[in-house]
Amino acid sequence: MELATDTHNGFAVTLRNLEKRFGDFVAVNRVNLDVRKGEIFGFLGPNGAGKSTTIRMLCGILEPTAGSGTVAGFDITRQAEEIKKHIGYMSQRFSLYEDLTVAENIDFYSGIYRIPAARKNARKEWVIEMAGLTEHRNSRTAILSGGWKQRLALGCAILHEPPIIFLDEPTSGVDPISRRNFWDLIYQLAGEGVTVFVTTHYMDEAEYCDRLGLIYRGELIALGTPGELKSRFMAEEVIEVLCDQPQEALEPIEQLAEVKHAALFGRGLHVVAERADDAIPAITARLKELNLPVNRIEQILPSLEDVFVSQIESHDRKEAPQREVAS
Amino acid sequence: MKFQRIVAIARKEFIHVFRDPRSLAMGIAIPMLMLFLFGYALTLDVDRVPLIVWDQSESPASREFVSRFAGSRYFSLRQHTDNYQGIERAIDNRDALIALIIPVDFARRIEAGRRADVQVIVDGSDSNTATIALGYADAVTLDYSREIIVQQARHQGLPPPVALLDLRPRVWFNADMVSRNYIFPGLIAVIMMIIAALLTSLTVAREWETGTMEQLIATPLKGPELIVGKLIPYFTIGILDLILSLLVGDFVFAIPLRGSLWLLFGMSLIFLVGALSLGILISIVTKNQRMASQLALVATMLPAFLLSGFIFPIDNMPLVIQGITHIVTARYFVTILRGIYLKNVGLGVLAGEAAFLVVFSALVLWLSIRKFRKKIE
Repeated sequence: MELATDTHNGFAVTLRNLEKRFGDFVAVNRVNLDVRKGEIFGFLGPNGAGKSTTIRMLCGILEPTAGSGTVAGFDITRQAEEIKKHIGYMSQRFSLYEDLTVAENIDFYSGIYRIPAARKNARKEWVIEMAGLTEHRNSRTAILSGGWKQRLALGCAILHEPPIIFLDEPTSGVDPISRRNFWDLIYQLAGEGVTVFVTTHYMDEAEYCDRLGLIYRGELIALGTPGELKSRFMAEEVIEVLCDQPQEALEPIEQLAEVKHAALFGRGLHVVAERADDAIPAITARLKELNLPVNRIEQILPSLEDVFVSQIESHDRKEAPQREVAS
Repeated sequence: MKFQRIVAIARKEFIHVFRDPRSLAMGIAIPMLMLFLFGYALTLDVDRVPLIVWDQSESPASREFVSRFAGSRYFSLRQHTDNYQGIERAIDNRDALIALIIPVDFARRIEAGRRADVQVIVDGSDSNTATIALGYADAVTLDYSREIIVQQARHQGLPPPVALLDLRPRVWFNADMVSRNYIFPGLIAVIMMIIAALLTSLTVAREWETGTMEQLIATPLKGPELIVGKLIPYFTIGILDLILSLLVGDFVFAIPLRGSLWLLFGMSLIFLVGALSLGILISIVTKNQRMASQLALVATMLPAFLLSGFIFPIDNMPLVIQGITHIVTARYFVTILRGIYLKNVGLGVLAGEAAFLVVFSALVLWLSIRKFRKKIE
């Protein structure tokens, strides 16, 4: 086996100015990123932000337009085939053979990964057990539910026990309980030292990750642990207002000069303001005028969604003038 | 190339074929259907041409003349008429293809030893059959007229006149000149070409369409392993088709196989590799099942039917088209199969054709391996 040219000091993935263009469209715009070994790294972003494009370049199945990167110490442009031996990849679409049974799909991939005969059966039983498909081992894959398919696909992708796995929106279209089980599985793998690189657009899933990258319009706009993102990357402050009639309070609050944005959130409102210390008295005063009693009003730590929305808005504000000049 | 991965691909591909009734039908049922359909329906032999007669003479001589037609296997006397309208109607309705009009003075002139004119009207809308039927009519007439001269000489006590030239034909390889013997070996070639390319034209494109290819190209699997693994099941089907065709030829149509069965198998295997690889190549390039199957059909069906010499003789084509036929692989395979089947010729004679097949198959296989990319574009 070819030796890794550089282990990059314990990084499983390193990206330098990685770029992918499709014609004029810039799908991934100069992304820089380091993912440590054993980390669960989440790639968070709306649909079409460039998540899948990035993950495909990392797996060696899409040629980058510019920039460089390594996965498991191998160069993503020159050593794509070496990378493929050391990773497991689960694409966004279910990509096993629907006319094959569960066992046949596993056998197929253990042939492709050349699992030694001595380990073959143990791995197969492990996947069947892990996916909860003991009773369905001889059923055609087509009849399985989304959660089962997803776990089987994961099992086939990690039959060869790769040190790094890439999961592209693994839980889209899967029920909440299956999603929960799936994340238990990911934690288990990470506990064994496997690096997990996962894309998602679910905010709750993002909270499970050790570290997150926010990607928007091909650019990495924020990077850090969920806690760091909430404390460092939120330019504004968030105030939670709990009152009896939040729907009626929404509009008057939004009209206040001290408030940038407000939204219904559970039984109250989340209000985004430049400075909470200025906004809280203003809101209290306004609601008193309107005779809407306030049960509680206080500054809170923003949720990931607040961070994400705020980052996207500030990104769009920065980009908008440039785009006008360009056009 | 790793054996384990080739086996994994081949086994999976076998399962796809056996679980999909459509590919089984395309692989086995359609070739057999074509073989029977063409075997029975496609015949270039012209016999039992329907005949209508207007005998104005109504004499023993004219009746004898008509019976020469009716008695030969080339004509079948359908009706008598006594006017032109009857003839027109019969030819319009295709009740008759050829009409014989014997003049009133037919018997009188013959007895007098003078020339008698007999009119033949033939339906020229089917020019091929018309030409052949006219040839038969000419032969029957000539034969009868020679007989009369001999008889008349004998009556007069003279020695019968001797024809100075006498053609003694001997037909080699297909003594009875059954066109099926000539068509059938070519038919095997045409069917194998079309089916092989059609079957494989779907395999790679289907994996791109269903998304399974994205998963496969993210594994250490190599292009040649994928292509060879995918060829194996269809190669097996091709061999099965060949064996079935040989059996049908022998037991149903009684086509004589005079040459070496081993040579025939060897050549067919080489041809199969080329035809299957052509399908795979089309599949790799198009990445789209519908486009791939249509392209495969156009790339194999038209040349195999029209330009292989399977039905239409290449020597009769315009020079430009004759030139094009040189790159039609089916042409060489048709020649090889006919040579082995009917003429019992060996590699000594077929070396050129065999060499072309080897080069073509190797080239297409190499191209498809080269064209396959483990990348998304």
